[in-house]
Amino acid sequence: MTNSIEVKDLTLSFGSVSVLKNMNIDVAEGEFIVLLGPSGCGKSTLLNCLAGLLDITDGQIWIKGKNVTWAEPSERGIGMVFQSYALYPQMTVRGNLSFGLKNARMPQAEIDKRVARAAEILQIQPLLDRKPGALSGGQRQRVAIGRALVRDVDVFLFDEPLSNLDAKLRSELRVEIKRLHARLNNTMVYVTHDQIEALTLADRIAVMKGGVIQQLADPQTIYNKPVNLFVAGFIGSPAMNMLSGKTVDGGRAFQFGATRIDLAGYDGGAVLERDQAILGLRPEHITISDAPVPGRSIPAEVEIHENLGADSLLWLKAEGREMCVRIPVEGQRNTGTFVHLVLDLAKASLFDTKTELRI
Amino acid sequence: MVDATLDRSGQAMVGARGTKPKKRLSGRNIMLYGTLIVVCLYYILPLWVMVMTSLKGMPEVRLGNIFAPPVEITFEPWVKAWSTACTGLNCDGLSRGFWNSVIITVPSVILSIIIASVNGYALINWKFKGSDIFFTILIFGSFIPYQIMLYPIVILLREAGIYGTLWGLVIVHTIFGMPILTLLFRNYFSSIPEELFKAARVDGAGFWGIYFRIMLPMSLPIFVVALILQVTGIWNDFLFGVVYTKPELYPMTVQLNNIVNSVQGVKEYNVNMAATLLTGLVPLIIYFLSGKLFVRGIAAGAVKG
Repeated sequence: MTNSIEVKDLTLSFGSVSVLKNMNIDVAEGEFIVLLGPSGCGKSTLLNCLAGLLDITDGQIWIKGKNVTWAEPSERGIGMVFQSYALYPQMTVRGNLSFGLKNARMPQAEIDKRVARAAEILQIQPLLDRKPGALSGGQRQRVAIGRALVRDVDVFLFDEPLSNLDAKLRSELRVEIKRLHARLNNTMVYVTHDQIEALTLADRIAVMKGGVIQQLADPQTIYNKPVNLFVAGFIGSPAMNMLSGKTVDGGRAFQFGATRIDLAGYDGGAVLERDQAILGLRPEHITISDAPVPGRSIPAEVEIHENLGADSLLWLKAEGREMCVRIPVEGQRNTGTFVHLVLDLAKASLFDTKTELRI
Repeated sequence: MVDATLDRSGQAMVGARGTKPKKRLSGRNIMLYGTLIVVCLYYILPLWVMVMTSLKGMPEVRLGNIFAPPVEITFEPWVKAWSTACTGLNCDGLSRGFWNSVIITVPSVILSIIIASVNGYALINWKFKGSDIFFTILIFGSFIPYQIMLYPIVILLREAGIYGTLWGLVIVHTIFGMPILTLLFRNYFSSIPEELFKAARVDGAGFWGIYFRIMLPMSLPIFVVALILQVTGIWNDFLFGVVYTKPELYPMTVQLNNIVNSVQGVKEYNVNMAATLLTGLVPLIIYFLSGKLFVRGIAAGAVKG
C-alpha cells in the first residue's frame, strides 16, 4: 500500500520556542489517524502544517507522492473541517459548498453535480438555500464536512470538529464520520482531545505531548501497552491504577508495600531488579475476591461504590493507596468491607520510575 | 415614569403587592429632569439663535432680540450666503466652496478607506516579518500634531509639483487618515474568526479573493464608521485647506471663514448664520442617515486591541 501522507523530520519553531520537534509520520492510504493529546501539545499546529496554513521551519511534507511542503493549501489535495465550523455567514449553504469549486474555475454543471452528491451523502438537501445562521450546530458541522467533501480530495483534515457540540450530537456525528470514512475510504487525519473519539474512530492514534509524538499505534495497543507513563495516564477513564514499588527476586516479583506480587505472565521486556518501578493496571483488569490468591492479590478496604448503569466502579484503599476497580453491578460491596484484589498480570504494564518507559 | 403610573393603577386592582410605588414628583426626579432640561437648553440655544437670526432681515436683526423668532420670515440670507456673498474679489457665495469641498472630500474619503481597509486586512491576516513594528510606527503617527508637519509637506508637495492643486490636498488627507483608519479596520478584522480565513485559503481563495468575497461582506458597519469619520473630518478641515490650496480652490470651511470674518462693510449676521448652517449640513446629514450603523461599528471596532 502506498503512503497517502508522509511527514519527514518536520520541525516548527516560533523564534526560539520549538513547537513541533522532528516529527516523522507515515499515513497509509485510506487510513484514519487521530492526533490525540492535551491542549498545547501541538496537535492542531501539526494539522495546520499539513494543511499549509502554517509554514514549517524544517522538514518535508508529502501528500500522495508529491512534495507539498511549500504548496498553497488549495493545491495540496486536502479538505479541512474546523472546530468553529467556519462557514461563510453571508453565503447560503449552497454558496458555502461551491465557493472552493468556483475559485478553482470549475464548470457550473460539475459544481452542481458535486454539491448535489455531497448534500445527498450528508442529508442536507433541504438546507441548501438557507444561510448558516439559520442552522443548528449539528447541521452547521455537516455543511462544514460537505465543504471538504465537494472538493473530492484524498485527504480530510478534521480540527476538533465535534468539540462545540453537545454530548448527544457528538456521539451521533461521531458515528456518522465513521460511516463516511467507510463509504469514501479516503485518508483522514483527525485532531481531538477526547479519548473516546480517538479510540472509536482511529485506525491508529498518535498520542502527543510537548510537540513530540509519544506513541503511534492502533487503539488496542495504545490502551493495553502504553509506551510510557504519560500515555498510560492520559488514556482511559477512570485512569489506570499506578502502584509504586520495586521489582525483586531477579525481576520475578513486584514488591508493593507489604504485598509481593508474582510477575509470571507479564507481557513485556526483561523486568530485572529495579529500585523503583510502577505497576499499572486498568480498573477492568482487576477482579474482587473474598479469599486471598497468593502472589496474585492485594488486600484492600472498600470505600465507595459508584453505579454507572452498565457496570459499576468500586473505589478502595490498598496499602494506603486509592484504587479503582470496574465490577459488574451485582458485585456491589459495602463500605468498610475487606476484600482481595486479584490482578490480571497478562494485561498489566510495568514502568521504570526513572525513565517513565514501559518495561 | 410611565411604568410607575401603570404599576400604581395595576396594583389598585389586584391589591397591595410588590414594592411601594414611587411618587412622580419626588425630589429626585425633579433634580434629574431639571438638570436634563437645563443641559438640553444649553445645547439647543445657540442653534435656536442661529436658525432664528438666519431667517430675519437685517433691520430686525439690529433690534437685538436674538432669542425672538422672526416677525417676518425671509430666506434672503440663505440665498445670499449660497450664491452672492463676497469673499475678497469673488462674489459667488459659498457655492464655489461647496463644490470644491465635494471634489476634495469624495476622492479623499474613497481613497483613504480603500487603502486603510486593505492595510488593516493585511496586517491582521497576512502577517509578514516586521508587520507588528510597521503597525506600531503607523499608530505612532496619530500622536504627532499635524501642525509640526505642515511646512515639510509644503516642501514635499512643491517638489512633487502638486502644491496648490486639489490632488495635492487629496493625497494629504488620505495620508493623514491612515493611522486611525488602519487601526479601526485592523481591530474590526481581528474580531472575524481566524478559522474563516483559513477555510477560505483551503478553498483556494487568494489575498484579494478573501478580501472581497469573505471580509468585505462582513464589514459593512466598520465601513460606515470610516465613512463618517472621514467625511466629517475632511469636510470640517480648515488648516490643510487653507495651506495647501489656492484661493479659487478653497474648500467651503475656508470660504465660510472669509465671509464671516470679512472686515469691510456691514456685518451681516443673518447671512453669516445661514452660511454656517449650510456648511455644517453635510456632516449632519451623514450622521442622521447612518447613526445606528455608526454605533454598531464603533463598538465592534473598538473593543479588541
